[in-house]
Amino acid sequence: MYTERVIEHFRNPHNMGKLEDYSAIGKVGNLVCGDVMWLYIKVEPDRSGRDIITDISWETFGCTAAIATSSMVSDLAKGKTIDQAIALTNQDVAKELGGLPPIKMHCSALAADALNEAIYAYLFQEGKEIPGALQRRHERIAAEIAALEKRYEAFADKVQR
Amino acid sequence: MTTDRIYLDNSATTPVAPEVLEAMAPYFSTAYGNPSSLHAFGRAAHRAVEGSRETLAALLDVRPEEIVFTAGATEANNLAIVGTALSSETGRHLVTTAIEHPAVLRTAEWLRTRGFDVTVLDVDPTGRVDPAQVREGLRPDTLLVSVMTGNNEIGTLQPIDEIGRLCRERGVLFHTDAVQALGKVPIPVDAVDLLSISAHKFHGPKGVGLLFVRKGTRLTPTLHGGGHEAGRRSGTENVAGIVGLATAARLALDEMKATSERMRSFRARMTDAITRLPGTRLNGHPEKCLPHITNFSFEGIEGESLVMRLDERGVAASTGSACSSPNLEPSHVLVAIGVPLSMAHGSLRISTGRQTTEEEIDAFLRVLPEVVEGLRAISPFKVGG
Repeated sequence: MYTERVIEHFRNPHNMGKLEDYSAIGKVGNLVCGDVMWLYIKVEPDRSGRDIITDISWETFGCTAAIATSSMVSDLAKGKTIDQAIALTNQDVAKELGGLPPIKMHCSALAADALNEAIYAYLFQEGKEIPGALQRRHERIAAEIAALEKRYEAFADKVQR
Repeated sequence: MTTDRIYLDNSATTPVAPEVLEAMAPYFSTAYGNPSSLHAFGRAAHRAVEGSRETLAALLDVRPEEIVFTAGATEANNLAIVGTALSSETGRHLVTTAIEHPAVLRTAEWLRTRGFDVTVLDVDPTGRVDPAQVREGLRPDTLLVSVMTGNNEIGTLQPIDEIGRLCRERGVLFHTDAVQALGKVPIPVDAVDLLSISAHKFHGPKGVGLLFVRKGTRLTPTLHGGGHEAGRRSGTENVAGIVGLATAARLALDEMKATSERMRSFRARMTDAITRLPGTRLNGHPEKCLPHITNFSFEGIEGESLVMRLDERGVAASTGSACSSPNLEPSHVLVAIGVPLSMAHGSLRISTGRQTTEEEIDAFLRVLPEVVEGLRAISPFKVGG
């Protein structure tokens, strides 16, 4: 069912845990399927002043595919400029893992969404310009999360941060 | 598969017992005749099928002609439900429960699309059906009640004798899916009119089962053809499978006392050890349960990951997590007993078999806390504050 790459990332996930001095956090979740992902990014300017994701980590409640895509998206985004990271898609994540079972493709979307949200949060708090595509994706993700949270309020009471 | 793997998924399927495989072998190689053939090959196969039927009848304390061989429990459940529904002249209504196997629930739902009414009864938080609710659910046009003997996910046993009594008082047919029960608890055949069994759940082969049909019960066949099984189920008999079914049933019933006692002690040990871990719960009834099935939930982690991590450590188990299901919905059984969504996602079903050893349980209980901690460490939801 899963590719060797998926199993490898699931077995030894990269960049897992909470980043202590993160610049921004992206929280996405799909409790219908049981996946919740929090992605932390540390952004620092390089010598030419471009914003670079110098460190990244994540915490994920989810299945094998959710954990593997979390690991992969963190690998793909680490060291990239913000602009490069914005261009990463869920297709890129799935492709780098050698593909995902069709029913698990939403897990790669989740990982890409988490990165999107972390970058959005960073640009927003820094008062920087937010590209239109990023803004639209953020609005779509926020609407989905609001709908899910409403549906699963009971769940939120059960878990503690 | 390497032999050092620990198989704790025996309610999914079991290894075929060596004695069973040995009994089956001749019916593939030398006694391969078609039981319907006139010649010696056919007669030998026919004797094997009828001998197996007699063995099973004696084991279940029923008549040989009350046994219909099928290709497993899904077919037996379909035949029981559809077969009685189509035979009933006045009955238009069925009663079942929210925690039945899909082979019962989906079949009942299909009948709904054919003009029948179906009442699906709720269960209590331990998974028990209240017989009073069954009584209230009965209508003048109720033709069949179907309630499983013991649940395949959480192990909860149902009050089959009580439900059987009230069905009989009301002249309503009563079916039970006893797939998980054989060899674990006494089979409540006296209380029912129809009962489904599958060989591969008790160390027999896959693809063979039976439906007990009490004498006098009208049953419209669902498979048409050469008129096998007294016209109730056409199709050349799975001779080796039927021999395997009978041999496995005899073995399971001969060993039931010792096996189920051992399983009960494993269950008690696991329950004690696992419920001591923070953020865990036992799903199902603590006592009125099958001895071989134990279902736990772990807060903050997801069941599919848990099963995969255990698999890496050599332990095979299963989960009712949404992520592991083809429709991405959590187990209907866990939802029916009111397990909170967070806990339903983090469920783990452990099921033991006749081959399970104390050492395997020890090893599982050593591995499990590490796996749970490892997954909780990468989860955003921290357990216990």
